[in-house]
Amino acid sequence: MAQIVYDHVTKRYGDVVAVDDLALRVDDGELLVLLGPSGCGKTTALRLVAGLEEVDAGTVSIGDDVVNDVEPKDRDVAMVFQSYALYPHLTVAKNLEFPLRQRGIDKEERRRRVTEVARTLGLEELLDRKPGQLSGGQRQRVALGRAIVRSPKAFLMDEPLSNLDAALRVQTRADIVALQQRLATTTVYVTHDQVEAMTMGHRIAVMDHGRLQQVAPPQELYDRPANAFVAAFLGSPGMNLVEGEVVTAPAGGWSVRTAGGDVELDAHLPAPPESTERKVVLGVRPEHLRLAPDGSLSARVLLVELLGAESQVICELPDHAHVVVRQVGDQPRPALGEAVRIAVDPAGVHLFAIDGTRLEGGR
Amino acid sequence: MSPEGIVSRRPRRVQEALLGYLLLVPALLVFGVFVFYPFLRNFKLALYQTPPFPGLPSHYVGLHQVGEVLTSSNFLQSLLTTILFVVMVVPAGLLLGLFLAVAAHRHLRGIAVYRIIFSSTVVSSVAVAALVFGTLMNPVVGFLPWLGINPHPPILENTTWALPAVAVMATWQFLGLSFIIMSAGLSSIPEEVLEAAKVDGATSWSAFWRVTVPLLSPTLFFGVVVATIYAFQTFGQIDILIGSQNAAYEHVNVLIYNVYTTLQINGNPGRAAVLSIALFLLTLTLTLLQLRFLERRVSYGI
Amino acid sequence: MAVRYLLLTVGALIVLLPLYLTVVNSLLPEPALAHQPPYLYPPHPQWVDYSTAWAGGSLSIYLRNSAVQTAIIVVGQLVTSILAAYSFAFLRFPFRRTLFVVFLSTLMIPFEVTLITNLDTITSLGWYNSFAGLTVPFLASGFGTFLLRQAFLQIPRDLREAAALDGYGHWRFMTRVAVPLARPSVAALAVFSFLGAWNQYLWPLVVTGNNNAVRTVQIGLKLLVGNNVSSVDVTLAGTVIAVAPLLLLLVVFQKQLVRSLTAGAVK
Repeated sequence: MAQIVYDHVTKRYGDVVAVDDLALRVDDGELLVLLGPSGCGKTTALRLVAGLEEVDAGTVSIGDDVVNDVEPKDRDVAMVFQSYALYPHLTVAKNLEFPLRQRGIDKEERRRRVTEVARTLGLEELLDRKPGQLSGGQRQRVALGRAIVRSPKAFLMDEPLSNLDAALRVQTRADIVALQQRLATTTVYVTHDQVEAMTMGHRIAVMDHGRLQQVAPPQELYDRPANAFVAAFLGSPGMNLVEGEVVTAPAGGWSVRTAGGDVELDAHLPAPPESTERKVVLGVRPEHLRLAPDGSLSARVLLVELLGAESQVICELPDHAHVVVRQVGDQPRPALGEAVRIAVDPAGVHLFAIDGTRLEGGR
Repeated sequence: MSPEGIVSRRPRRVQEALLGYLLLVPALLVFGVFVFYPFLRNFKLALYQTPPFPGLPSHYVGLHQVGEVLTSSNFLQSLLTTILFVVMVVPAGLLLGLFLAVAAHRHLRGIAVYRIIFSSTVVSSVAVAALVFGTLMNPVVGFLPWLGINPHPPILENTTWALPAVAVMATWQFLGLSFIIMSAGLSSIPEEVLEAAKVDGATSWSAFWRVTVPLLSPTLFFGVVVATIYAFQTFGQIDILIGSQNAAYEHVNVLIYNVYTTLQINGNPGRAAVLSIALFLLTLTLTLLQLRFLERRVSYGI
Repeated sequence: MAVRYLLLTVGALIVLLPLYLTVVNSLLPEPALAHQPPYLYPPHPQWVDYSTAWAGGSLSIYLRNSAVQTAIIVVGQLVTSILAAYSFAFLRFPFRRTLFVVFLSTLMIPFEVTLITNLDTITSLGWYNSFAGLTVPFLASGFGTFLLRQAFLQIPRDLREAAALDGYGHWRFMTRVAVPLARPSVAALAVFSFLGAWNQYLWPLVVTGNNNAVRTVQIGLKLLVGNNVSSVDVTLAGTVIAVAPLLLLLVVFQKQLVRSLTAGAVK
């Protein structure tokens, strides 16, 4: 049990910077999610903690020790690989036992621990089978078991659910969260699935192109994204982002002029920054939009996706930007190609500079 | 379905079958004349004793010749020599190849050069290898005296050391193939499984024996089969390095060489046929034994 | 890390040493050969040995003969294997599986049991000491057929059906689609056949007569050894000449070679 600290860590592969000056702290007992699209560096960051990659700059610490020069086998961390990486030639029991044998734990104790882990994960029936005879879900549990069995300082999980089918994924997600809470082991969890991140992490660290974009609890990430990337990445679908220009509203205050119309900014919000640069990116989530005859944006309906309890209406603004509106319950569904007006809830408006950084003119 | 439909379907299938057979004819012709027929005739030849003078007909002696050859001291010594040779070459060749493959199985800079060097002996022809080593082991111009190895008589005529000398050469020549096979085997082990072993606390040594070697067992098995067949077929090197006139001839007279000398130099095809069958059965038995016993201990991955 | 490189270099040296010493010796003047301790480096390289080996040793003839013999065998094996593999992979006919097993069984029949009769056959056909005698027994390959059949089987059936609908008969499909798609395996087979043919020893020895009509490099080198006229350094020069083309080919065709040699290992 220990905290993990990345202190300005950089990792390069030739000309490519996979992890760029990462400064991040994982608290003792926390489940931190590393979230981001493929190639953002999250898996590399994970492997740096495991010692499977070497740091080019900065230090990685586990507990009180800097572990840059420590071999993986001596770091006392356990890893669950995306492909599970079970030992194909060993039975489930021997797979579970493997990490214990390496540490010279005696036979009785090994057997005890293996039995206990098998019981926790429901693997008792499978102990004599080989990985080749197991289903995907069963293998995943064995991979988890192998990590748990030696009570390491930290768990490192690399997209452990990505090879499971949807239903199993939901179930296993909950199991992992419950397990982690019970064991209270520091866990770093890598995924590209933001639903997983939102439901599992105490905090989420969003990465893109090797750089840390924002680290915060899920709700804060959702409500106050630090930049346009985070705003668009979280939520399904993500936040709508529309280009516009800040103009003075006729009734005083400010508006953002977009191709579809002018959107008023909340009256109590501070004025936009003094800079002469008036171009901004307006962000608003689908749930803060509504189809209404008096809406400030005009658009044309491109597609209506019926999802059962709700619908998503994909509209196109005059400049061909797409905006998704969320409809719930029994709001009337529009027809394809229909011209509509979209009302914007001023409380749900976010403003970003053209380069993506958050402007404190919105919420 | 129209009548024309039914009628035209049958000739098409027949056409296809005919074409199928036709395409096999060239290969089958070669096999028939130069593989199957000789194989069968060889058994027949073994039953006929060749007369001591050419021109006289050979007469049928049935299994008598077979028995006589197989109990002759010439055959038994040849058999012993062959087995000794195989025992010297196969483990050494495979282990060295494995060692080189493990050493070269890294993402180091310039590793490609090393890989080419390690595979290079696979192109060395029999004659080239023999000449190269023949020179190295020559008592006058060779390198052995420098290393302090100076047996009397010289190594390639030495009844004790001639066979090991040839074994060293055959092992060297086999290294390239061994390296290639072992490298391919190593590549088939998923990288992540080895990483898991590292994280699970295994030292390099421990990971090698408890993970790599078991997962490599199909390849090792394949290697043993190939190496054994290769060792049994070693002929040209012996002929060039030592030859039938050499004092040490009897101690390097492996079965295949015996077949050749019996046929070409002694002009005795009957006897040669028996020897060749003995060699064939020996190889076949060993291969089948390997299949039976070794394959059981092979653990195949997912 | 440095230890790794050290180990690798030691291994490389051991592998290369024999050949390296050969080259060194081939460049030494004759008296220097017996020098103890032996030279590891030729102080005054004598390239004349190479021209002596070339001219006096008839090496050019041997190389030519080997080239012809190898070319015939490689082409022969490629053609027969492609035809047979195509048949096994794409055509349906009774006893197809049995016939395939028959092809595979040739892998089990080693050369020594066919040697005697083949010699008789070749002689009675009047092919002794001729290229026909050298090459015809090897024009087909069970291994080659196996390798190419596997490659052809990888081609999706949809492709065959689409081609048929487009009007491609078997010949066109074979030459325009199947073989090009199987090119890696075909190349691998070519390299494998090449090596096998070039390095043949026992058969050429038995079938070649007492002149240079078809004598290949391997047999020719043997003669160089027994020949008292040429001294060791010349013989070695001849050896280097004989192996140099192959080493070059190895560097160029390494990938194909590995592929063919491991066809059985990584099932």
